[in-house]
Amino acid sequence: MHNDPHFDFTASLEKALADPQLGENFKNAMTGLRGKRLAIFPDADELAKLRATGKAVKARALSKLPELLVRLEANCVKNGIRVHWAQTGEEANAMILDILRAHGATRLVKGKSMASEETGLNHYLEKHDVEALETDLGEFIIQLDGETPSHIIVPAVHKNKKQVAETFHRHLPGAPYTEDVQELNAMARKTLREKFRTAHAGLSGVNFAVAETGTLVLVENEGNGRMCTHVPPVHIALMGIDKVVENLSDLPPLLRLLTGSATGQLMTTYLNCITSPRREGEKDGPKEVHLVLLDNGRTRLFADPQLSAGLRCIRCGACMNNCPVYVRVGGHAYGSVYPGPIGSVLTPQFEGIDAKGDLAGASSLCGACEEVCPVLIPLAEHLRRIRAEGQGCPDTCHVRGCGSKRTLAETLAWKAWAFLESNPWLRERLLRLAGLLGDRIPAVGPLKAWTSARTTPKLAPKSLRQLVREEGIRHE
Amino acid sequence: MHKTASPGTVSFFGTCLADAAFPGAGMAAIRILEHLGLDVVYPLEQGCCGQPAYNSGFPGEARKVALRQIEAFAGQSGPIVVPSGSCAGMLKLHYPKLFEGHPRYFEVLAFSGRVFEFFDFIGRELGACFEDRGPSVTVAWHSSCHAMRETGSTQAAKAILRGLANVELKEITREYECCGFGGTFSVKRPEVSAAMVRDKVADIAATGASMVLSADCGCLLNITGAAAKMGQSFTGMHLAEFLWGRIHA
Amino acid sequence: MSSQDAREQILSRLGAHKPGPPPTVAPHLAWSAPVLAPAERTASLVKRMEAMRAEIRRTPEKKWKEALAQLLTDKGPATLAYGPGAWFAKDLKTLLAKSNTEAKPYAEDAEHFRDTLFGTAASITSVQAGIAETGALVLIPGPGEPRLLSLVPPVHIAVLRASDIVSTLAEALETLSSGTTMASNVVLVTGPSKTADIELTLAFGVHGPKEVVVLLLE
Repeated sequence: MHNDPHFDFTASLEKALADPQLGENFKNAMTGLRGKRLAIFPDADELAKLRATGKAVKARALSKLPELLVRLEANCVKNGIRVHWAQTGEEANAMILDILRAHGATRLVKGKSMASEETGLNHYLEKHDVEALETDLGEFIIQLDGETPSHIIVPAVHKNKKQVAETFHRHLPGAPYTEDVQELNAMARKTLREKFRTAHAGLSGVNFAVAETGTLVLVENEGNGRMCTHVPPVHIALMGIDKVVENLSDLPPLLRLLTGSATGQLMTTYLNCITSPRREGEKDGPKEVHLVLLDNGRTRLFADPQLSAGLRCIRCGACMNNCPVYVRVGGHAYGSVYPGPIGSVLTPQFEGIDAKGDLAGASSLCGACEEVCPVLIPLAEHLRRIRAEGQGCPDTCHVRGCGSKRTLAETLAWKAWAFLESNPWLRERLLRLAGLLGDRIPAVGPLKAWTSARTTPKLAPKSLRQLVREEGIRHE
Repeated sequence: MHKTASPGTVSFFGTCLADAAFPGAGMAAIRILEHLGLDVVYPLEQGCCGQPAYNSGFPGEARKVALRQIEAFAGQSGPIVVPSGSCAGMLKLHYPKLFEGHPRYFEVLAFSGRVFEFFDFIGRELGACFEDRGPSVTVAWHSSCHAMRETGSTQAAKAILRGLANVELKEITREYECCGFGGTFSVKRPEVSAAMVRDKVADIAATGASMVLSADCGCLLNITGAAAKMGQSFTGMHLAEFLWGRIHA
Repeated sequence: MSSQDAREQILSRLGAHKPGPPPTVAPHLAWSAPVLAPAERTASLVKRMEAMRAEIRRTPEKKWKEALAQLLTDKGPATLAYGPGAWFAKDLKTLLAKSNTEAKPYAEDAEHFRDTLFGTAASITSVQAGIAETGALVLIPGPGEPRLLSLVPPVHIAVLRASDIVSTLAEALETLSSGTTMASNVVLVTGPSKTADIELTLAFGVHGPKEVVVLLLE
């Protein structure tokens, strides 16, 4: 689905909009998540403080990113965690496979990791005869159907319980058809417990990595993350280099923002802090813990003074839940690992404007995303910037594939527009002419797009400028 | 040519959409300002605020047009009142960003500092209230995203609307959600924009109100155009035009 | 490319674009969770954990054995796993000897004990601290009480002293880091395992315990 060079965004959006069930599933779920977030942050002043603090904490970490990564590495190594660095997804996948092969591991249980979606890890491991099993309930559901997540927090949100019931009935041996959510849940529990018990290795993402102590912090509700990181003899954690924070004391505001913004929770069921493999005398826990630090385009973002703010993202999904475009088309329509507003900003930078620059157009710039972003990423500003990059605007050009969306027709159209708007007298005459032509103006281009859902706009018989002059309003 | 404005003088930025399609809204806003005892100046050299180019990835063209606006309003020094949350947001909040590092940055900043959204100006700055002389009517209110999130002028507009004795205000579910206009978004992503505006029209129709009011002509153009295409009977009007009708009657 | 090469490349790219000095938060915009008086802490923890479907059983500290016996009678697990290093381990053994619940001490490596544990009905662990702000138990597993105890069996009984409840997560984290090294694993638990991945319908007991019972000693 992702990394498809022939990705046709328009076709993808049209397909999503033509599926009423999909629209219904998203609308219900996103309305629910939106409400939960509002309910957990009832005090506007406190929320303002939390967001300002969250932004400052992440911005501080980014301002010392190389130092903190080195410090994290040193402390992890001191604690017995093995640290690996990968510039690309391919490198990360190969490193993970090497670790697994060193242990003869062919059965991997996975906790939720968006970074592993970035690298396409499951597909890669399957090609190399390693079973990579998703264990987060939502991820488990979509893996059965060979799909990718449609939301970064609730990955199977595009399916309703009927669709999940069909999936389980079709794929799980002996599973009866039931739409009872508790029973569906019990089936997943039964299937996966056996997998946890017998897995050779576990893989997880990382929500925050604390440089000061060399601690990997994971939040989750289901317990599958703990299963993956506690039960198998080897634990591999895969994290983007943007996930490092400086101190343990940085965690409380970030955790409050993450769980509150994502699911409206004061705190998740589990906060799992991993500082070392099984120590002398301990009876359980993995004997080996590996940390893979993934760049995959992040250093390129880091280099841009404006767009580097996108690295503050804590992956809460609130911008998706509140985006009127995402709510209608769902995550798959974006054809990228990270959908919604943050995805429309990050993906074109990761994969190039030429491949994914169109994503930035999927926003009315209504600002609903910025209104909820827990770390105050100016998403609308970034979307505008990516659009300008697409046009190869000389004062911004920086992102890979910049200028690739430029067309002569559009460039000339904006030049003509600027000329007209700088010459109001000429504009007035043209408008009057257009008014005279009225319905005889053919519905092509923008007018055709407009009238696909609306009547043709009518120009007023007399413009405001005319009325101002006629009615004796002071004008100079 | 620089004239010292009396404290009772305001400049009016009509917006390109009001100029072309909703001149009644612009004139009504001017009449209301006059009704409140202000002297209104409408510089004829004004045009679009530049937002369409700014949002479409053409900041250079946006800057060119923006400078023309700044020059058009240089003849006065008082407040610049704008009957649109979106255009006001552009002039007030985005111009400074657009001109960061530009030689004329401080001139731009001074201009932006003069800008007020119309209802913010009459409601919050002037504390105006109005006597409702119109017949009983039920209306719905649509807030533009930028009035809600940039200028924050929605509250002032709704307060004025709520202050009208014979007007019943019906709240739209999902009032917080964009109508799908988004300027060039509506023609660059017509499929998504259409899905958004259809939902907005349905939400408005569900209130049973005979009319939807807004303080942004872009949203009105979008919503009424879609409502007509969908065969809905409610009409749309700029709140300034509606308000002038209520107090002038 | 080797990990070492990748490391050098990544760090040199990061080093080439040093961002400006870190931003500061104006003091009036800095957030911290409110500190609660000791009397409010227990109430806050109980309220928040009950909202997360944890069961709280409050008992005077000196009557904890009776309360635990009652709890075991009520829940009636066939087997109960515990860590031999828990402060209550000795008393527990005595208590279990008189009950219908079979004791399963987690005294050997997971490689040998794992299958037993996956078949055990319930577990009991001590709790290092409680957090009033969010309603959470701080578990610090170790040689005496291994980490899988609080995860694998369907019922988890957690023994918490009210005097160990701190106000905020920040306070709890401060205690954790004040030692020489962090424990290999620290887990905060707010209630039974849950999910809302199907239609946002809340379901409990997905992979971890279905029930969390806090025996709160006051």
